[in-house]
This record gives sequence, structure tokens and C-alpha cells, in this order.
Amino acid sequence: MATVLERNQAQEPKMSAAISARQVESQKVSAVMVATTPSATQLHRTAGIATARNLKKSYGNIIALNSVDLHVRAGELLALLGPNGAGKTTLVRMLLGVARPDAGSVSVFGADPYDGHMQARLGAMLQVGRVPETLKVREHLDLFSSYYPAPLPLAETLQIAGLADIKDRPYGELSGGQKQRVLFGIAICGNPDLLFLDEPTVGLDVEARRLMWAQIRTLISRGKTVLLTTHYLNEADALADRILVLNKGRIIAEGTPSEIKSRAMGKQIRCTSRLTMEEVQQIPGVLSVKADRNAFELQVNAAEPVVRELLQRDPWLADLEVTNAGLEEAFLALTQNHNAESKEN
Amino acid sequence: MAATTFPTALAVPRRSLQRSIAIYAKEAKYELLKNLRIPVYAISSVSFPLMFYVLFGVVLGGGNPAERAERATYTLATMGCFGVMAVSLFGFGVSLAIERGQGWLQVKRASPMPVSAYFAAKLFSAVVFSTVIMLLLLTVGTLFGGVHMPIATAARLIGILVAGSIPFCAMGLAIGYFAKPNSAPAVVNLIYLPMSFCSGLWIPLFLLPHGLQVLAKFLPPFHLSQLALNAVGLGENPTPAWEHVEALLAFTLICLGVAAWGYRRDEGKTYG
Repeated sequence: MATVLERNQAQEPKMSAAISARQVESQKVSAVMVATTPSATQLHRTAGIATARNLKKSYGNIIALNSVDLHVRAGELLALLGPNGAGKTTLVRMLLGVARPDAGSVSVFGADPYDGHMQARLGAMLQVGRVPETLKVREHLDLFSSYYPAPLPLAETLQIAGLADIKDRPYGELSGGQKQRVLFGIAICGNPDLLFLDEPTVGLDVEARRLMWAQIRTLISRGKTVLLTTHYLNEADALADRILVLNKGRIIAEGTPSEIKSRAMGKQIRCTSRLTMEEVQQIPGVLSVKADRNAFELQVNAAEPVVRELLQRDPWLADLEVTNAGLEEAFLALTQNHNAESKEN
Repeated sequence: MAATTFPTALAVPRRSLQRSIAIYAKEAKYELLKNLRIPVYAISSVSFPLMFYVLFGVVLGGGNPAERAERATYTLATMGCFGVMAVSLFGFGVSLAIERGQGWLQVKRASPMPVSAYFAAKLFSAVVFSTVIMLLLLTVGTLFGGVHMPIATAARLIGILVAGSIPFCAMGLAIGYFAKPNSAPAVVNLIYLPMSFCSGLWIPLFLLPHGLQVLAKFLPPFHLSQLALNAVGLGENPTPAWEHVEALLAFTLICLGVAAWGYRRDEGKTYG
């Protein structure tokens, strides 16, 4: 967490400078293009760079998104955190204008992305099954750069994405990590203001993941706005200014990484007791209980009140252990609690 | 979908004509490079029609030199048609099915690329491959098969067959929007091999049973090959050329309609 804070502080002046420059620019553009609606820029600032309102989408019987609201603010890295099948990719596809919602509205840079007018300001790293394998790395980048009005110089894209050494290799001959970096390069080569990174580190080993994180931080330091999807809490924690937790098509939590962690980072209490499972379950603050051999394992948000209550109700309580739930287990608990609740409802 | 809250205030200004041309040119260049570097596509699409032409048009069959030359000329038109079909159906249909089904088209559509540039590039690649095939067949026919025709006739033959790649690119487009990436090559083979045979590309139509001769009227390769045969003065039926053109045009429009339906159907689906 400390590193995230340091990063934010260190880069704040640069970032806000970039943002205000961008707003001045956007004011100019809007003044020229829509002289009749002077409030557009104002709206843009309050509504955020990208906004989704009450989005709904289902595929057959599967509800992919259920009343999702989202605001991406200028210059931030927003992480969309959720397990597989939570609806993250569907949401990204709608913000990119490659899919349409059943209901609700999407606005990116003040326009409907489906109309395709502002794609030049977007970059996207999507999950792809197969990329044309016979084209070389620099050829892919050369082609995608040509789509944008003011792309980065090729050398700069290669350098940021860590592709300089492999620029003449055909895509099909690259390793998994290198392939991800090419897709990252494709996303950034047009020098877009807003980047969508859909599971950028999925399937990467630890080293490749760290490298990708460093590259994403480079983008933020250049004043870009990033929407990142991930199913790793530690990834969201390491990179994001703000996290939205998405599960089964609904946003179930929103906050800074430390807020999300404090919500998700429960404690685990282990003890042997003469109380029955039901009696333990009824103690306020107990999220779940399971029997493990002769002991109980309790998931709780805060350990102290529960321990106090346990000791009071059972004088023979023994083998008491309190541990931190791991990051990923805690995240799992957060989404599972939500699942349990939604079943009861 | 509900309206956006305000007009496209921050839309990027329209790109200039020059930049659009640059994008189309680059897209076409890399589509061609991509295909040239896929050996299965580049080699088989050129070598199959060439091999069949050598076999059926040059090597097999007897007769006096005039008969042999006529057969070589006839087969030049029919095998040329066969080759054009293959590059169009595989280069357009199979590659679209793969790129669409495995998410690559979505990456392209999320970028500012004009979608038409993507399709124009595939058409361009098919046209280049078609031209190469025709030039090769013509060279082999002239050198070894006794084919002899004025340059204007040769140009007309090549022009007709290369333009004939358009209906089959449209057909590829339709197949590309419905076939799955893994099954697309099989689907294309299942359609185009029987269709070539029934259209008289392998064995001249007048040697086939009557039922097939009737069926052929409904198959686009028949109409294209008849146009090509007319160009070299070997057209077998008295149908005026414009009827063949009309048939091919109708076929193209049907395929484009099917493709448009597939395109819309595709948007509601999820990939990857």
C-alpha cells in the first residue's frame, strides 16, 4: 500500500497538469464543434471521462450485467475486480462500443462509443484467442499506429511496451508474456487518452506480471486514464486508485484499495468449543463457520468482539487462534458472502 | 439504447482523405503480407489450380495439336475460375471466420480502424492472388499447352476472372460470419468442391447428366466460367453475357444480405 501512496503523491502535480491541459484542449474542441451546447464540457467534467448508467445485458438466460453504474475519472486507474464470469469483459466491450447494452446508457468522452466517433482517443488491450501470427511485432504496431491521428513514434511504443528486442520477430514465435506485451503495445501505440486493459496479466508468470505492472505505471505517470479488469486483488491493490468489485453482473463494493481491503480482509478464528455450530453461527459478526475436525473455523470481519463473545458464552473454549485471512481468500469471501445473500433474497 | 446525455462534444475531427487512403493502403499491404507468409494458403492456393491445369489441360488427352490447344484454352478458363474461387473463399471466408471467432476482429473494431478498410484489404489480397494464378496458368498454357490468343483476349479473360472474385468474396464474407474458426476450412471445402464439379469446371457441362446441367444454372461458378469461356470464344451455350452477369450480381447481393444478417447476429454474442 505504501508504494501506491507514494506513487500517487509523487505523480499528483504531473497528473493534474496533464488533466488540466487536456480539459483546456477539450474545451477548445467543444467550443468549435458544438457552439450551441456550451454546457457540454461542464457535463463532461462532472460525469467523468467514461460513464455507464444502469447497464443491463443478458446472453440468453445468463445475466451478464445487472444495473451497473460506473464513472471513470480523468487521470485515475480504476480497477474492475471480479471473478471469472463476473461481467468485466462485457462491461469493457460496451464502453468500447463493440457490444450494445440491452438497457442503460454508455458515454465515453461525451459520446456514445457505439457511434465510433471517439475511438481515436481510446486504446484497448483485449483477450484474444489468436492474433495473425505471420506478421512481425513492428508490423502489427505500424498498422495500428496508422489508425490514429497522432500516434506515438514506433521507437517509443517499443520502449514502453518492452518490445525493442523482439520487434522483428513474427507474433507466432513469441512467448506468452511477449504476446501480452504486443497486445499492450497495440493498445498504447495510438497515444490514446483512455486505455482499457482487460485482464492484462492473465496467464503470466510472476516476473512477466511485475513487468506488465511497471509498464502500466508508466502510462499513469504520463497522465493516461486506465480502466483495468482483473481477478487478482493484489493486482488491483498494486495499481489502482479506486476499485470496483463486480460479481455476477453487479457492483458489490467500491472504494480505494485500502477501503476494499479492510472490507475484504477479514480474520479467521479457530477454536475448540462446547457450543454447537448453530450457537456459534448466531454470534454477531460471524460471517461463516465451518467444522474442521474437532475445531470450528470462523470467518469474521473484526476478531475482538467475536472472541469476547465466544469466551463469555463458553468458559471451556480452547485452542484459540486468530489469523489474517489471505488477500485472495478474503476476496473470495467477499464475493461468496454476496452470493449467499443474493440466494437468500 | 437510451440516448447519450449530450452530443459528441469531444469527437475527434474527421480524418482527411489522405490519411484514409494511407490506412487502406497499409491494411491491404499487411493483409497481403500476412497471407503470403502462410505457406498453406500461399502455396496451395496457387499450386492446386496450376497442378489441375497441367493435368487436365496440358498433359491428359490426345487429339491433334488444334484439339489439344482448344482443350488447354478451355481448361484455362475453367481452372482459372476454380483458382479464383479458392483464394476468395479461403482468403476471405476462412480468415474472417478465424479472426472473428478468436477475438482479433474485435481488437480491430475497438480501434479507430474503418471497418471497410478491413474488408477492402481482404478483397485486395484475393484480387492479387487471383491475378497471379491467372498469369501463371496463362504462361503454362502458352508455353506447354499450345494456347495462343491475342493479348487483348488474354487481358479480357484475366479481367473477367479477377472481377469474378467479388461474388466469391461476398460468399466468403457470408460463410465467415456463420462458420466457427475450426470448422470454416471444412465448410468451405464442402461447398466449393461439389459446386465446382456441378458447374462444369472439372468436366465440361455437356458431358454431365441433364439433371446437373439444369442445376448448374443456379451455381455461380457456372456463370463465371461461361463468361470466361465466352471471352475466349468457347462458350457452349447461347445465353447472352448479361444474364450471367445478372446471375452473379444477384448471388453477390444474396451473400451480402446473409453476411449483414450474420454481422448483426454476431453483435449480440459474446466471444472470449
